[in-house]
Amino acid sequence: MKILVPVKRVVDYNVKVRVKSDGTGVDIANVKMSMNPFDEIAIEEAVRLKEAGIATEVVAVSCGVAACQETLRAAMAIGADRGILVETDAELQPLAVAKLLKALCDKEAPQLVICGKQAIDDDSNQTGQMLAALMSWPQATFASKLVVADGAATVTREIDGGLETLEIKLPAVVSTDLRLNEPRYATLPNIMKAKKKPLDTVKPAELGVDVAPRLATLKVVEPAKRSAGVRVADVAQLVDKLKNEAKVI
Amino acid sequence: MAILVIAEHDNASLKAATLNAVAAATELGKAAGGEVHVLVAGANCAAAAAEAAKLAGVAKVRVADAAHYDAQTAENVAALVVALIADKAGDYSHLVAPGTSYGKNVTPRVAALLDVAQISDVVAIEAADTFQRPIYAGNALATVKSADRVKVLTVRTTAFEAAAVANEGGAAVEALVAGPDLGVAKLVGRELTKSARPELGAAKIIVSGGRGLGSGENYHKLLEPLADKLGAALGASRAAVDAGFAPNDYQVGQTGKIVAPQLYIAVGVSGAIQHLAGMKDSKVIVAINKDPEAPIFQVADYGLVGDLFEIVPELTNAVG
Repeated sequence: MKILVPVKRVVDYNVKVRVKSDGTGVDIANVKMSMNPFDEIAIEEAVRLKEAGIATEVVAVSCGVAACQETLRAAMAIGADRGILVETDAELQPLAVAKLLKALCDKEAPQLVICGKQAIDDDSNQTGQMLAALMSWPQATFASKLVVADGAATVTREIDGGLETLEIKLPAVVSTDLRLNEPRYATLPNIMKAKKKPLDTVKPAELGVDVAPRLATLKVVEPAKRSAGVRVADVAQLVDKLKNEAKVI
Repeated sequence: MAILVIAEHDNASLKAATLNAVAAATELGKAAGGEVHVLVAGANCAAAAAEAAKLAGVAKVRVADAAHYDAQTAENVAALVVALIADKAGDYSHLVAPGTSYGKNVTPRVAALLDVAQISDVVAIEAADTFQRPIYAGNALATVKSADRVKVLTVRTTAFEAAAVANEGGAAVEALVAGPDLGVAKLVGRELTKSARPELGAAKIIVSGGRGLGSGENYHKLLEPLADKLGAALGASRAAVDAGFAPNDYQVGQTGKIVAPQLYIAVGVSGAIQHLAGMKDSKVIVAINKDPEAPIFQVADYGLVGDLFEIVPELTNAVG
């Protein structure tokens, strides 16, 4: 069984982004970039399925600029067997990425796509569901547990109010939540090995996909800042403030 | 042109988030010029549909009642919604769903099948085709304009007041012919957290705990009495959930629940940007933490530096 895992290059988890003063976006020049944390969990899960003898090959895919090669190398250092870069400098929105991934799924015929539930830059939470729809495959989003056996996946999902377990027929798309696993640290030998793994590059046009954005970003602004309040000395003062100043209890 | 809202419900009643989605759709209806229809897809869901018909702003409730909507799987619900929107008689300009785990699961599937973009987590409607949404964990707000024929959006429930139950006569309720059962996903079971406390997303007061509590036992022993006295919901930081102090659905933050209660009491929460993203729109924030440098104090209206093991029981005694 082949597993395809899309990985996105995003501003690192620990960086607090700044909005550009001209309101056109956020400033990502000279900012540390990393693999989207949810995608790291997706790669880890796919690699574990391979280590368990359930998957035979793990293919990492990234869509974007040439530097996404680094993200693919990071995925291969965790254990992906090869990488595919869909290279473009164009702005990619979730629907376009889903279409690119569909073109690759048609070609690669994976039985399972494991993707992160959302990217921490645009926070869209759409691509996996869109890919499943375009492939007419079932989906199980926000997975905290994944068991693959007998042509089906049994997936425990994190939902509002608790957990839900679905059984879906393969091929299918599964999107990861935080508690699916804890990704391993790539070891130095594995980082070196990853440099020798195959990495193919294709262009969106070669896949026959129109990636033109559907949404125009008119402006990006900083949210209203919350000003820091006051320090209270003790519980009595806190309760007094809550009752008489804020009037919330 | 009309606006279709996907109702989130458990067949017996509507989830609170549906009321916020209806309010957003009503606001959109004023900007776009169109009435609001609510889709209730479920099994034996007449009670939920009747509730939807009573909401202010709703012109029509469309009900698809069939056994294969019992689990409300994304595949079956999306196929139904796409058929409704593709049907010219419906003539929908917008689809609105709550930005909950349910809405986030189903809606992108609909958008892809319609070949349109989705606008996630809308916090403000600027025009019929222009919306504001947070990006980068709420550290920036983007205004986006859609050129698609049908605009598909999920709305952040905390950004819209709940629609009032005010339509005494009730909107028309129309039964739909059910869509196909795709049969590709089967619900095995649900484990829902049972609690007499208010729902996290709709609570007026939230008591939230972080890693500073040290253990699950402390989390329950210290926070539950305080929450009960205040009639509050319980929340948690990612660190507390990862450490097993609290169940996953308690998590407040960028990738957990986004909340905006009247009062948010953060106990032993350091205040990582991902946590702040989930609660910084609360009206009043109280932080209790032993570390005076903790980032949570930068957003707190009232900060109390000290030992939470002494402060919380004292606070519990002092309130109510």
